[in-house]
Amino acid sequence: MSAVLRPSAPPQVETPLRRFASQFAESRLALVGLVVFVAIVLAALLAPWLAPQNPYDLAQLDIMDGRLPPGSVGASGMVHWLGTDDQGRDMLSGILYGLRISLMVGAGSALVAALVGASLGMLAAYAGGRTDTLIMRLVDLQLSFPAILAALMILAFLGKGILNVVIALVVVEWAYYARTVRGSALVERRREYIEAAQCLALPTGRIIFRHLLPNVLPPLIVVGTMQVARAIALEATLSFLGLGVPITEPSLGLLIANGYEYMLSGKYWISFYPGIALLLTIVSINLVGDQLRDVINPRLQK
Amino acid sequence: MTAPTLELRDLRTHFATRGGVVKAVDGVSLRVDRGQVLGLVGESGSGKSVTGFSILGLVDPPGQVVGGQVLFQGQDLARLDEEAMRHLRGNRIAMIFQDPMMTLNPVLRIDTQMIETVLAHAPVSREEARQRARDALGQVGIAAPEERMRAYPHQFSGGMRQRVAIAIALLHKPDLIVADEPTTALDVTIQGQILAEAQKLCAEHGTALIWITHDLSVVAGLADRIAVMYAGRVVEEGPVEAVLDAPLHPYTVGLIGSVPSRNRRGAALNQIPGMTPSMLNLPAGCAFAARCPRAASGCSEPPPFVEFRPGRSARCIHPHAEGPPA
Amino acid sequence: MTLYLLRRCLQAAGVMLVMSVLVFVGVYAIGDPVEILISPEADQIERERAIRALGLDLPLWQQYLVFLKNALHGDLGRSFVFNEPALKLILDRMPATLELAFGATFVALLVGLPLGLYAGLRPNGALARGIMAGSILGFSLPTFWVGLMLIMVFAVQLGWLPSTGRGETVDVLGTRWSFLTLDGLRHLAMPAFNLALFKISLVIRLTRAGVREAMLMDYVKFARAKGLHPSRIVLVHVLKNIMIPVITVVGLEFGGTIAFSVVTESIFAWPGMGKLIIDSINVLDRPVIVAYLMLIVLMFIVINLLVDLTYTALDPRVRLEGRT
Ligand SMILES: Nc1ncnc2c1ncn2[C@@H]1O[C@H](COP(=O)(O)OP(=O)(O)OP(=O)(O)O)[C@@H](O)[C@H]1O
Ligand code: SF4
Ligand SMILES: [Mg+2]
Repeated sequence: MSAVLRPSAPPQVETPLRRFASQFAESRLALVGLVVFVAIVLAALLAPWLAPQNPYDLAQLDIMDGRLPPGSVGASGMVHWLGTDDQGRDMLSGILYGLRISLMVGAGSALVAALVGASLGMLAAYAGGRTDTLIMRLVDLQLSFPAILAALMILAFLGKGILNVVIALVVVEWAYYARTVRGSALVERRREYIEAAQCLALPTGRIIFRHLLPNVLPPLIVVGTMQVARAIALEATLSFLGLGVPITEPSLGLLIANGYEYMLSGKYWISFYPGIALLLTIVSINLVGDQLRDVINPRLQK
Repeated sequence: MTAPTLELRDLRTHFATRGGVVKAVDGVSLRVDRGQVLGLVGESGSGKSVTGFSILGLVDPPGQVVGGQVLFQGQDLARLDEEAMRHLRGNRIAMIFQDPMMTLNPVLRIDTQMIETVLAHAPVSREEARQRARDALGQVGIAAPEERMRAYPHQFSGGMRQRVAIAIALLHKPDLIVADEPTTALDVTIQGQILAEAQKLCAEHGTALIWITHDLSVVAGLADRIAVMYAGRVVEEGPVEAVLDAPLHPYTVGLIGSVPSRNRRGAALNQIPGMTPSMLNLPAGCAFAARCPRAASGCSEPPPFVEFRPGRSARCIHPHAEGPPA
Repeated sequence: MTLYLLRRCLQAAGVMLVMSVLVFVGVYAIGDPVEILISPEADQIERERAIRALGLDLPLWQQYLVFLKNALHGDLGRSFVFNEPALKLILDRMPATLELAFGATFVALLVGLPLGLYAGLRPNGALARGIMAGSILGFSLPTFWVGLMLIMVFAVQLGWLPSTGRGETVDVLGTRWSFLTLDGLRHLAMPAFNLALFKISLVIRLTRAGVREAMLMDYVKFARAKGLHPSRIVLVHVLKNIMIPVITVVGLEFGGTIAFSVVTESIFAWPGMGKLIIDSINVLDRPVIVAYLMLIVLMFIVINLLVDLTYTALDPRVRLEGRT
C-alpha cells in the first residue's frame, strides 16, 4: 500500500484539553495576556534572584540614594533602572518584592474565598429549603454592599496586617463563589446521572465530589480568575489608603502610596512604575479570564 | 400602458449564515397592479416574509438582496439609496408585520408612535397629525380612539395591537401595502371588518395590496391573483378562482387539500407528506420532488416557470391538466 | 402605590435593624467596646463613668437596646477627635460627597452613552472595537492610580487643573457647592472623572448590549418600515428602551460610587465624608465609623427605593402592574 510509504501525519487526537487550548488561543489578546501573566508570576517567584537588592534589608539601603531618578547610579555603584524611593530603596527590587505580596494576598484570599464560597454554595444547592434561603440572603446582602466599604469596615475593626487584609478580602468575595457554585450545582443536580447516582443510593459526599464538583469547577475557575484580579486591585487600594499591608513589607499599592507625596514635585517614578506593574497584572488576568469565560461557557460565544 | 404598482423580477435574497448560504428568496417574479390584491401563500419558511422585507429594503444582515429588481411604479427600489427609500417607506409603501405583539415599541404611547409616522412624511402640525391618527384608528374599528391613543401597547390585546399597526399603515394612504398575515391574530368579525376596509382602500385609492397568509379562504374572498411559494420560489401564479379551482402545481393541490372546506366536509384532510426541505441544501432538481406524488424521472432537472395557459404559470414538469383528482 | 411604598418602608426598616445588629455585634461583641467607644486618653474615672453611661455593664441584649434607642434619637456617639456628635460631623461633609458622586454619574452618562451607542450601532467597526478595549481597561485600571496619573499630567505637568480641594464655593440652601463657580468646576473636574472611570465602562457596556439587542427587535424594524429618520429611531425608540436598564444600574451603582469616593476624596483632598472616614479609621475614631456605617446603609436603602420608583416611572409595563 502506498499509504505506508507516505510520512504519516502526526496523530491529531482531539483531547478535551487540546480543544480547550486551541479555542483559548483563538484570541491573540488573551494569549498575550497569558504570556504577560506567566512572566509576572515568574518574576515574583524569582524576585530574590532577580532583584538587584533586598528591599527589606535595611542595611542595604542608603538614605543618600533617596529619590534618584530612573537610570541613576547609587552610592554603592548600583544602577537604579527605575529610580529609588525616599528611603533609597531600588524601585525595581521594591516592585519585584511588592508583586510577591500582591499576588500572594490576591491568590491566597481568592483560594480561601473559593473554598468557603463553594462549600456554602454547594450546601445551599444540596440542602435547599431554609438553609438555601438563608445562605442566599447573605449572598445578596454581601453583594449589594460595595466591596471597598465592607473591607474598610472590617479593617477598621480588626486593624491592619496581611492576615486581616486576607480576611477582609475573603469576606467580600466569598459570595461570588457561592452564587456561581449554587447556580451550576442546581443545574447539574437535575441532570439524569445525578438522579441515577441518587437512585443507586450512593453516599451524598461521593455524589458531590465525584459528580457535582467536576461540573461546577469550570464556572468556578472563571469566577476565580476574575476575583483574583479584583482582590489584587482591592488590596492595592486598601494599602494605598494606609489600611492594608504593613509598611515593612510594602505591596504594590503601598509603594504607590509612598510615591504620592513626591508626585507633586514631579518625582513621578516612585508611584508610576509600581502602578504599571499593578496595571499589567490586573489587565493580563482579566484578559485571560475573559477568554476563559468565552471558551468555557459556549452560550456566550458569538 | 402604465407601469404596474409593483413588479418583482427574479428577486434573490440570501442569508450568509455559518452553516452556508440560505437562499430564502431565490428568483421570485411577481406583479401587482393598481387597486389589485395579490395573495401570497405558502407553508412556514417558504420565504413569504423575506420577500415582503426585500420589497421595503428591510432585510437585516446577514441577509442581503443579491439579485433581481424591485420595480415600484417603474423605479428599481433595489438600487435606490437609503434616504430616498426612507421617504417611500411608511408613505407610499407600507408594511404590516406578522407578530403584533412585537411590532409596537413597548415604552412609547400609541399616539406617539402614530403621530411620528404622520410627521415623518407630511408637513403638518402636531394637532393635524393627531387628528389623522385618530381617524385612522377609527377606520380600523377601535372605539374611543381619542382615549385609547394615550395608552401603551401592553394595555392592548394582540388583536388591538394589530389593528393599531394596520392603522399606522393606512395613515398615508399608500400605493402599496405589504400585509404579512395581518389578520391571523384577529377574531372573525374584526377580520371581516379589516378585509372590507382593505378592499375599500384598494377600490378608492387604487392601493395595491400584497396579502401574505396561510389562510386560503381569506385569499379566496379578498385577492384577485394568488402566488404560491415553496422553498423560496413561486411555484404557481394565476387568478384566484382559476388557481383554487384547478391548480396546476402538485404543491398547490396539496395545499388546497389540506384546508377543511364546506363541500368536502367529512372527507379526510390530506396532509402534504414529508417536511419542508432544509433551505441550506435544496435538491438540484425540483425542490418539491421528495414530497411530490407526481414526481418522475424528469423532476431531477430544475423545472422552468412556464405559462401553461394565458395568465396561468407554474413551475412543474408534470402539472395537473385539470383540477385535482376527485 | 401607597401600599407599595409602605411595604418598601417596612422592608427598609427591617434591613436597618439587621444592619444595626451587625454593627452592634461588630463593635460590642467582636471588638472591645470600651476600647472602641471610649477615648484612649480618658482616665480611669472617666472610663467608669462612660461605661455606665453607655450601659456597658448591662447584659448584651440590653446593651443592644440602649444602642438602638440612642441611634433612634440620632445619637450615634461623639467623635474623640473633634469632640462633636459623630452624626453631625458626617452630615456636614455629605454635600461635598454627594456633589462629587453626582458629578461622576453625570460624567459617566455624558461619556458612556454616546460611546456605547456608537459601539452598539457599528459593532464591527475599528472605533467600536477600540471603545470596547478601552472599557476593559476602564474596568481593570485601579482607580487610585489613575487619580495619581491625572494629577501628574493635568496638575503637575500641564498645570491646567488644581489637584486638591473644592475651590470657590457658593452657598445654596445652607450648604456650599462647587459646581456653581468656574473655579469650583475646575476643582471638581478631575475627581469626578476619576470616580466616573469605572462607571463610564459600565455605561458603555450596558448601552452597547442594549442597543445591539434593541436593533434586532421587531419594533425597530417596524419603525424603519414607517420611514422614520434614523436619528429618531436611535434617539427615541432605542434610547428610551435602553435607558431603563442603564438608569437602573447606574442608580444602583450610586451607592458604590459614594463608597468609592473614599478613594477619590483621599487622593484629591476632597473634603467629603469619604475622606473623613479614612482619617477616622486611621486614628481609630470609632464612633464616627459606626455612624458612617449606619448612615451609608440608610443611604443605600433610600437609593434602592428611588431607583425602583424611577424604574416604575420609565417602564409603562411595570407601572401598571405596580398599581394592581
Ligand atoms: N436572519 C436569518 N438568518 C438565516 N435565515 C433566515 C433568516 N431570516 C429568515 N431566514 C430563512 O428564510 C426562510 C424564509 O423565512 P420567512 O420568514 O420568509 O418564511 P415565511 O414564509 O414568512 O414563514 P412563516 O409563514 O412562518 O412566517 C426560512 O427558511 C428561514 O430559515
Ligand atoms: S416538477 Fe416533478 S417533482 Fe416537482 S412538482 Fe412537478 S411533478 Fe412534482
Ligand atoms: Mg413570515
